[in-house]
Amino acid sequence: MTDAAITVEDVRKTYGGGGGNNRPALDGLDLTVARGTVHAVLGPNGAGKTTLVRILATLLRPDAGRVEVAGCDVVREAYAVRLRIGLLGQHAALDEELGGRQNLELFGRLYHLGARRARARAGELLERFELSGTGHKAVKQYSGGMRRRLDLAASLITEPEVLFLDEPTTGLDPRGRAEVWDSVRSLVGGGTTVLLTTQYLEEADQLADRISLVDAGRVVADGTADELKAATGGDRIDVVLRDAGQLGAAVALLPVPKDAVTVDTDRRLLSAPVTDRMAALAAVVRALAEAGVEAEDIALRRPTLDEVFLRLTGHDERVKEAA
Amino acid sequence: MTTATYALTDSWTMTRRELARWGRQPVTVVVNLVFPVMLLLMFGYLVGGGRGVSGEYLDFLVPGMLALTMAFGLEGTMVAVTQDLNKGVIDRFRAMPMANGAVLVGRSAADMLQSALGLAVLLAVAAALGWRAHGGAAGLLGAVGLLLLFRFAMLWIGIHLALVAGKPELVQAVQILVWPVGFLSNAFAAPGSMPDWLGTVVQWNPMSHTATAVRDLFGSPGGEPGHLWAAVLWPLALLAVFFPLAVRRFARLSR
Repeated sequence: MTDAAITVEDVRKTYGGGGGNNRPALDGLDLTVARGTVHAVLGPNGAGKTTLVRILATLLRPDAGRVEVAGCDVVREAYAVRLRIGLLGQHAALDEELGGRQNLELFGRLYHLGARRARARAGELLERFELSGTGHKAVKQYSGGMRRRLDLAASLITEPEVLFLDEPTTGLDPRGRAEVWDSVRSLVGGGTTVLLTTQYLEEADQLADRISLVDAGRVVADGTADELKAATGGDRIDVVLRDAGQLGAAVALLPVPKDAVTVDTDRRLLSAPVTDRMAALAAVVRALAEAGVEAEDIALRRPTLDEVFLRLTGHDERVKEAA
Repeated sequence: MTTATYALTDSWTMTRRELARWGRQPVTVVVNLVFPVMLLLMFGYLVGGGRGVSGEYLDFLVPGMLALTMAFGLEGTMVAVTQDLNKGVIDRFRAMPMANGAVLVGRSAADMLQSALGLAVLLAVAAALGWRAHGGAAGLLGAVGLLLLFRFAMLWIGIHLALVAGKPELVQAVQILVWPVGFLSNAFAAPGSMPDWLGTVVQWNPMSHTATAVRDLFGSPGGEPGHLWAAVLWPLALLAVFFPLAVRRFARLSR
């Protein structure tokens, strides 16, 4: 209990009061995040990620369940929670008309730092996020990446114990994304607990100590990226054929049940889980050669989180039918 | 510091935020101040005439324009609150350990300040054109008080509408609708000159009471002493409805 920065127990939330046939946004979600770690909540659109963040940040009341952040109950001790958290919402929560420095000073004053400390803190944060040169410009003139960095700076004014990042890189170009990732990494050293939501598997893989896969308002799997990958059948073998017409024949040659093979016709690619790496590789090479099926490439690899996710949420059946 | 001090300092900080925005958009501020002046000139000289008005038309028109400017303020309030809601800034404020009401108090203070400024500009231009308040300083102060009270009621209607609708599309609808509502008043013409049914509607418009009472306090044509109470009670009644509604709606953002 004592080393958990976030505890979520059986939380439920249905918008519009839960009457009628509204689907619950959160349907008995459980989550524990250890202090000083980065925890990713990974899931598709509509999985309930933003609802979870809004409840954690005291913006939304849960219908049922228990939620504690930094040891305080988000409903009964909302004010105490607010003293200890920072929030980076999905949309940059800044005053677009004001300058970057003005924004940070405004938020600093509202955190009751007092005029002098608010000004000093704004200067520090602008420096740290490499915005000193543009602090006087109106935020509406900022690029997407700069805006996100300023937004992040604003959520760090009081050095919060717990920081929530709701899809911090959605809508950013690769450069902006890299900038935000660097900023998040630099936070972890300071002992801040970070909960981030994302639709990008790579982002979770890159940043998080632990990952919770969320689907339809509940956690379907929980663990480190490696644990999750290992939990779903270990390594995979990818075979790229020269001739797409031979895909059907090749499926039968792989040393796994037919329905475990995914087929990507466009890329002339077969992919299947394997247990014994080297034996499987040898067997596949031999079987293809004997059948006269020409391969362009054969590779062994770890599963991607994508595959893990599809498998655990059960959506993989649909993907296979479509292929 | 105590909670009460926080409530005050936070409200002041939020007011200063608006003032800082003015500093950033001087053109918008000037346009907002000049727009009613433009209307005054247009109706005073271009369209003018003032059906059913006895006496100097400018003396009749100025109080009407003042009341209309206060009514149109509703729209500005609604736009600002809607913007904040949609930009997510209000979410950040709500997730901060600040006094909850400061967001709304700061908005009201800044909007009232802007409206007071608007009144001053409009009165100065009117005076330059030859308009005079014949009711003395007390009449002038009383009139400004009534106008700001009316603006205050419009302000909370604006906040409430923004919180209920919260979408830029609806703001547009309201921006269009304030025109007929503003013009269905005695701002430009005396109700006696209108068809009976229209005159009745116009006389019921709370804005007409404010305009008539202001005319009376200015000693202008169209003023009737009996409207003072209505000009006080209508805004208070609107406030009694919309202030609690808006506050409740704001608190319910967490539902």
